[in-house]
Amino acid sequence: MRYLVLLKAQQPSTPPPPELMEAIMKLGGEATAAGALLDTAGLAPSASGALVELTGGRLSVTDGPFAEAKELISYALYEVRSREEAVEWASRFMKLHRDLWNGWEGESAVVKVMGPEDFGPPTA
Amino acid sequence: MTAADPLRATHRAIEAVWRIEAARVIAGLARLVRDVGLAEELAQDALVVALEQWPKSGVPDNPGSWLMATAKHRAIDVLRRQTRYAQKLEEIGRDLDVRQQGEPGPDAAAGEYIGDDLLRLVFTACHPVLPTESRVALTLRLLGGLTTEEIARAFLVAEPTVAQRIVRAKRRLAAQKVEFELPAPHELADRLASVLEVIYLIFNEGYAATAGDDWTRPALCQEALRLGRILAGLAPAEPEVYGLVGLMEIQASRLRARIGPVGEPVLLLDQDRRLWDRLLVRRGLEAIDRAEALGGRFGPYALQGAIAACHARAASADATDWERIAALYRVLAHVSPSPVVELNRAVAVGMAAGPAEGLAIADALVSEPALAAYPHLPAVRGDLLVRLGRPEEARREFERAAALTRNERERALFLGRAAGCENGTPAG
Repeated sequence: MRYLVLLKAQQPSTPPPPELMEAIMKLGGEATAAGALLDTAGLAPSASGALVELTGGRLSVTDGPFAEAKELISYALYEVRSREEAVEWASRFMKLHRDLWNGWEGESAVVKVMGPEDFGPPTA
Repeated sequence: MTAADPLRATHRAIEAVWRIEAARVIAGLARLVRDVGLAEELAQDALVVALEQWPKSGVPDNPGSWLMATAKHRAIDVLRRQTRYAQKLEEIGRDLDVRQQGEPGPDAAAGEYIGDDLLRLVFTACHPVLPTESRVALTLRLLGGLTTEEIARAFLVAEPTVAQRIVRAKRRLAAQKVEFELPAPHELADRLASVLEVIYLIFNEGYAATAGDDWTRPALCQEALRLGRILAGLAPAEPEVYGLVGLMEIQASRLRARIGPVGEPVLLLDQDRRLWDRLLVRRGLEAIDRAEALGGRFGPYALQGAIAACHARAASADATDWERIAALYRVLAHVSPSPVVELNRAVAVGMAAGPAEGLAIADALVSEPALAAYPHLPAVRGDLLVRLGRPEEARREFERAAALTRNERERALFLGRAAGCENGTPAG
């Protein structure tokens, strides 16, 4: 089953420490070697994005940035055998932030991607 | 899982860690004790300790290293006992080959490169001295971290049967003195073929599962894909590994499309391609590209993967490059000859060159004993005869196919086509 892990945090005022980026690359390598990580990338600040909304039958397009407390920072797509496994990978990712970026705060949302198991028989 | 059951939640978290770490821990231990059976038991012991301690102490920050260190301590105890035993034997004039390794320091488990040990574990679990079913069970157990119960459920056999297979396999590896080593260069091709066979068997066991099955069966497809992806990382220069990974990724991309609303099988050319999993298609095509880029002679998996890629690249069934598929089947029939490959070639040639050319190949298979009870031979011939405007002969072929198949849904399909021939409005 597939899980999308979305990292949300305030846009930092300083770039992340190089040691953190190195550790994230290493963890990504491990998760890939374990056959778990399918895809991952960082996401640019909302200033480079836009919002397409449908309200009351009317489409509107707004260019970023958006004044939201937390923005999406990155995503990672995992193929794992249980929700707990996805949570474990997300926890390892968050521990790196705890250990290598003093004072940083944020959250990783672990979201299940619908797969054949959601259309087939009920899970035992 | 609710807050009312925190112990159960912790156990599930520990199981998840176990599944992530089991193969690495077992591989590292096997290098130390030179016995995969013992390594697995030591790793299981460490898991038991974790299940006792972690609910109280919390899951450690580096659970893999913790499991490895705990198991290594036990391994050292075992080695010491073996050594004392050996000394005693020596005292009474017997000779026993005992490998004594240096004791690892406290940090020995942290961050060490384990890739070659994992690869050794793969080759050992899939060793040709073991019967196929044992290789499959041992691979899922040692590399997948699956429990005996999970393996039994997935393969629709009794749990004691699987347990016995694993015990016997471990004993046989020890009795045959199978070294925990990578294959020598001259045996690499055969040993790798054995590994790929096991992974593809696991995949097909999952792929053959039907909609009503316990979900552990289709999950075998994911397990095989995971093993294939791990193997591709460990042996990145082997085109056959990428060929198999590509083949499995592309076949898995069709999982949703190949079963219709009421559980009926939907044939490849009739599938709604919008239901194909795009990520898996993309990964599959990338794997096939890598197999091709590595060069060398194409093996059976790279060829089957390349054929699957032809279908995956076609935006619609009509856009299929049948000439390339027919050419690939021609090479496959040469590399890995089998009547089923030849029958598939008949289908491809029938699409690329015309039904008469396809029928000539299929007709040559009629006397093939291996296909005497194979319903798809008459079905393919019926198809080609319809296209040649020979409905009476086609009807007999479809009826023969219906009589041969053991799948009720398939029988209905063949009988429907036979009836169509009679009405003079042959479908297809």
